[in-house]
Amino acid sequence: MKKVKADPKGVLVGAHYLDGDYAIAEGALAAGCRFFAGYPITPSTETAERFAERIPMVGGVFIQMEDEIASVTALIGASWGGQKPMTVTSGPGFSLMMENIGLAAMMETPLVIANVQRGGPSTGLPTLTGQGDMMQVRWGSHGDYKIIALSPDSPQECFDLTIHAFNLSEMYRVPVFIMTDECVGHMHEKVVIPPADRIDLVERKWYEGPKDKYLPYKPDKDLVPFMVKAGDGYRFHTTGLTHDERGYPVINADCQDWNVRHLQDKITKNASKIVKFEEDQTDKADVVVVSYGITSRVAYRAVQSARKAGLKVGIFRLITVWPFPEKRLAELAQTVKAFVVPELNLGQIVLEVERVSAGRAAAIPVSHAGGWVHDPENILKAIKEAVK
Amino acid sequence: MSTVATSREPRNPMEDFLRMDRIPHIWCSGCGIGVVVTSFADALRKSEKNLDKVAVVSGIGCTGRVAGYVKLDSFHSTHGRAIPFATGLKLANPELDVVVFSGDGDLTGIGGNHFIHAARRNMDLLVICVNNFNYAMTGGQVAPTTPIDANLSTAPFGNFEYPFSLPYLADTCGATYVARWTCLHIRRVTNSIQEALGKKGFRFIEVIAPCVTLYARRNRLGDGLNILKYYYENSEIRHGADTRTVDITYQGKITCGKFIDREKPPFLDCMNTHLRKSLGDKYVPYGEKR
Repeated sequence: MKKVKADPKGVLVGAHYLDGDYAIAEGALAAGCRFFAGYPITPSTETAERFAERIPMVGGVFIQMEDEIASVTALIGASWGGQKPMTVTSGPGFSLMMENIGLAAMMETPLVIANVQRGGPSTGLPTLTGQGDMMQVRWGSHGDYKIIALSPDSPQECFDLTIHAFNLSEMYRVPVFIMTDECVGHMHEKVVIPPADRIDLVERKWYEGPKDKYLPYKPDKDLVPFMVKAGDGYRFHTTGLTHDERGYPVINADCQDWNVRHLQDKITKNASKIVKFEEDQTDKADVVVVSYGITSRVAYRAVQSARKAGLKVGIFRLITVWPFPEKRLAELAQTVKAFVVPELNLGQIVLEVERVSAGRAAAIPVSHAGGWVHDPENILKAIKEAVK
Repeated sequence: MSTVATSREPRNPMEDFLRMDRIPHIWCSGCGIGVVVTSFADALRKSEKNLDKVAVVSGIGCTGRVAGYVKLDSFHSTHGRAIPFATGLKLANPELDVVVFSGDGDLTGIGGNHFIHAARRNMDLLVICVNNFNYAMTGGQVAPTTPIDANLSTAPFGNFEYPFSLPYLADTCGATYVARWTCLHIRRVTNSIQEALGKKGFRFIEVIAPCVTLYARRNRLGDGLNILKYYYENSEIRHGADTRTVDITYQGKITCGKFIDREKPPFLDCMNTHLRKSLGDKYVPYGEKR
């Protein structure tokens, strides 16, 4: 794994007034993404537009594909061609991508996908917010695999976490998702872009051994196999079929077990290095509000009111949603009465909180079907109930 | 005493080109796919391409297995998605010759949308389509190329849907090179692939191939030899034929030949030319040879 500094060509240094969608595009350019394939879909289109406008002056490719299936598949090809590729989408497009998100996971291909969530199901609320794809990102493609998903709560974090997403995808050879939403995507705020020499990037582990000895799926010590790119003379093979270390298909239960467990272990056993979260006053809290993305900002207001009323309330903000920060939440479950989990869906991440709590603390959902953010009063009410 | 070996095991010239550790292959005896793979290998050899810079992308199906056997950078992608995969690969590393090798159902059924758009953009890909008129890997179902009246497991009383004529489809979508052959025309398939490898843009070669196990058996067309005999008696070579006139009917005439050979800048050339014109010195060209 090689650590490098960002290429100044892609870094728009300075303080800007940007929305989350634009900040994602700038984050991608700063991270060295020079290949973007996408399909227009509200409320994510601005990222594609920004990339299309900026990339000619940086040197790279923007291509508008015929659909989201083609977009994500082109990313896989581009990644094996040596690029750090990205696409962006929302609900219906995300559903179309699922087939080849599975291929990316199976081929252990680094790439980044941002989902600017809107209300669903189906066409749902194209222009209004939601957080209904949080389980889909974890489980959406068929079969057992694991991915990494991040949830930014501001345009600044859209920029920062996009860079982080590229680093994680390169480090673990896995698709990484930026699970933002319409509110953060369209919210304009100050975004500070540091100079290139202050942006740390990670490159995938390139294999440099003898050409005939390369095994595209032989796990290294950190469980992540080395990678090569097409055209470098390795003449390797890769497939979406269950495969061995050579990348050759092997259709039996033993190889299936090895292959699929490897896809899981690579993430699970590195989870402590991947997981990121923010905590505030959780130590002596009776209740901890667990939230992510735009909802964490609304929840903050409710927590402030609760604290003013003398309640001992902590905040736990998920930055990495998947892998789930289960170790820390399990610890907290031993000391708090309850977790209050507001989210813009009818109860998704709350199920994980409940699983991790294992009956030691209550997990109380504050559900909202999307279309607008919570009224902080409803979260406050749930906190008050929980303290009782 | 010399240490140089004086006698060697006899070696098949295909060994440099195939993943011998994956042979034997899964194709049925009498299948036409192997013939096309051999022609492809011959064409690569004759064209003197650096094999390190040739990549093959396949989808899913019997022909989709080609990527697994060729000793090149080779990608066995998902059903119908070989073309977008190849698009990403080519654009990421423009020095590669990217060849899509797949079947009729894969490329023009589930992958039809990708096919027409890659042709429209003139993506710099060579697409070799082995057309056996059915979905063979899944047991012989009706396909977008099945001629009317042919019997298949999901058209048990015969097909009544109009099939695609693939050369016409590729032509109207803008392909720079369009040819059709049968498995009988081994030398012509080889020459055609070699010629297409020397060209730019979206190049399409259809090779009609027997599916002895499913299509032929279900329609009582005999074995591989009977089908090659049918090709022999019914193929008609008409170079430059209007692609509107090359429809295939059930056990009818098969028009073969090179139908289209036009010059047209491919996607990346268009991108670089256009953006340089629009943006002048501000533009940073991509993927051009220095």
